[in-house]
Amino acid sequence: MSLIQVENLSRTFVVRRRVGRFRREAQVVRAVDDLSFTVDRGEMVGYIGPNGAGKSTTIKMLTGILVPTAGRLSVAGIDPSRDRVELTRRIGVVFGQRTTLWWDLPLRDSFELLRRIYRVDTARFRRNLAEFTELLDLGGLLDTPVRQLSLGQRMRGDLAAALLHDPEILYLDEPTIGLDVVSKGRLREFLRSINTERDVTLLLTTHDLQDIEQLCSRVMVIDHGSLVYDGTLAGLHARGSSTRTLVVDLVDAADPIDVPGADVRRVDGPRQWLSFPADASAAPVVAAVAARYDVADLSISEPDIEDVIRQIYTGPDQLRFS
Amino acid sequence: MLYVALAVRAFRRYSTYIAATLAGIFTNCVFGVIISFTYIAVWQQNPDAGGYDVTDALTYCWLAQAMIMTVAIWGGGAPDELAARIRTGDVAIDLYRPVNFLGWWLASDLGRAAYHLLTRGLAPTAVGALLFDLRFPPSMAAWAGFLVAVVLAVVVSFAIRMLVASSAFWLLDQAGVKNLAAVFSMFFSGLVVPLVLFPGWTRDVVMVLPWSAFVQVPVDIWLGRRTGVSLLSGLAFQVGWCVVLLALCALVLRRANRKVVVQGG
Repeated sequence: MSLIQVENLSRTFVVRRRVGRFRREAQVVRAVDDLSFTVDRGEMVGYIGPNGAGKSTTIKMLTGILVPTAGRLSVAGIDPSRDRVELTRRIGVVFGQRTTLWWDLPLRDSFELLRRIYRVDTARFRRNLAEFTELLDLGGLLDTPVRQLSLGQRMRGDLAAALLHDPEILYLDEPTIGLDVVSKGRLREFLRSINTERDVTLLLTTHDLQDIEQLCSRVMVIDHGSLVYDGTLAGLHARGSSTRTLVVDLVDAADPIDVPGADVRRVDGPRQWLSFPADASAAPVVAAVAARYDVADLSISEPDIEDVIRQIYTGPDQLRFS
Repeated sequence: MLYVALAVRAFRRYSTYIAATLAGIFTNCVFGVIISFTYIAVWQQNPDAGGYDVTDALTYCWLAQAMIMTVAIWGGGAPDELAARIRTGDVAIDLYRPVNFLGWWLASDLGRAAYHLLTRGLAPTAVGALLFDLRFPPSMAAWAGFLVAVVLAVVVSFAIRMLVASSAFWLLDQAGVKNLAAVFSMFFSGLVVPLVLFPGWTRDVVMVLPWSAFVQVPVDIWLGRRTGVSLLSGLAFQVGWCVVLLALCALVLRRANRKVVVQGG
């Protein structure tokens, strides 16, 4: 049985809008509409979609703080909205934009409180804390009040806090938001290690597609409350008819290059940008260009996942190259 | 135990702001002196006002100053933190935790109250005793009764503040309700005018309202005006309001919880 099972899940909200001076009109919004998927133990799944697509609503239902309107779901064999408290002991939640730590207490005190909240036995707590302190480089921060931590430091503290009770599943809501490149890299490395070492299943929502590219073998794309894609990252590229780009630096400025299998998208003096399908080999294109022109330099850029996702968001009707 | 640990942490959190504590103690003392001279003038006119002599009145004045922060007569404490968390949506995090919501905040507020009792309570009382002739509990029973009464006063006050803070679940901001509650609390707790001075039937009414548990009941135990059965009935009165108001809190929070869920946190 899968760790997370979602079947025909729906959630509607009634939104009252003001129409005219006194009248209000009730409008039903389908935040999540007939959603079905399963996640197996040990997976790392990226859950992405534009703002308002229904990501957070799904996470809230999976954690039990929101009751579904229709459909069934089970997380680690538990019905979240029915046994929310039981479930909280088996999951961890990290919000990029909120903190679970106590603002004016040293980091260590927050951990100590969480130990009692989740009734983690002392030996296990010590072992976990030592391990996370090492992995997240928290050693020098344990006695610093949370309010004095930088965003990156606080985020690392929050990650340790969410994992102290050995959850089977970790939900991450935009974990890298606002972090610099180095902090992001470190955070991703840590997530990878807890996934492989501790077999924690990860479900993360993000707007930073590099998180997905570097972490997740599986991507679910949600838009308007329904899944529009569920599969591998490679599959996502294929689905969006993505392209690779060949950047050619000619010795002299020339007319747009004309070779079979590639189109010129941009010309800037001696430099030209050619695009060709991502699944085609670059070799014949490069050979053809080199045979016909005086080439000073060449480079190939890989397909941009953001382009692909933008195409999916805007829908197949508007699918075209920029 | 978790709730003890929470209370200890709350105590420690408040203890980090030493300058605020010192400034607060100074303010309490200044007001204590001003009100003391007002009371002296009143009791010169009427030496038996409300059945108090002038020493009782001055003791009442300084104990009331000591209670302002301890009992959080003007609001504040843990429920203010809750209201802020409702406003920002951080309250969703609290719902991810396997703990009793009301117990969580009560423990935190008791930790705060302990800190305020030892600082904002003890210091002004000591200053008042140096400047004026105050009365101290006449027996061990009065001392013990007073301490229990203070704890119960904090719980009654907590429940009222919690109800006020919960209004933020619907109004998103507790400020208006809190101001209104502060006016009621200041007047009916006897912070400015001792409840024993209220004339005729109004005195009987304010004596049974929950706010009389804040200052009037503990002070009367301190002064030795409540002993034996009267002392126990005073404590029972406080316990009664604790039970009623905490039950109301639990009810409101259950509804609020559903409301948050509907709103989506």
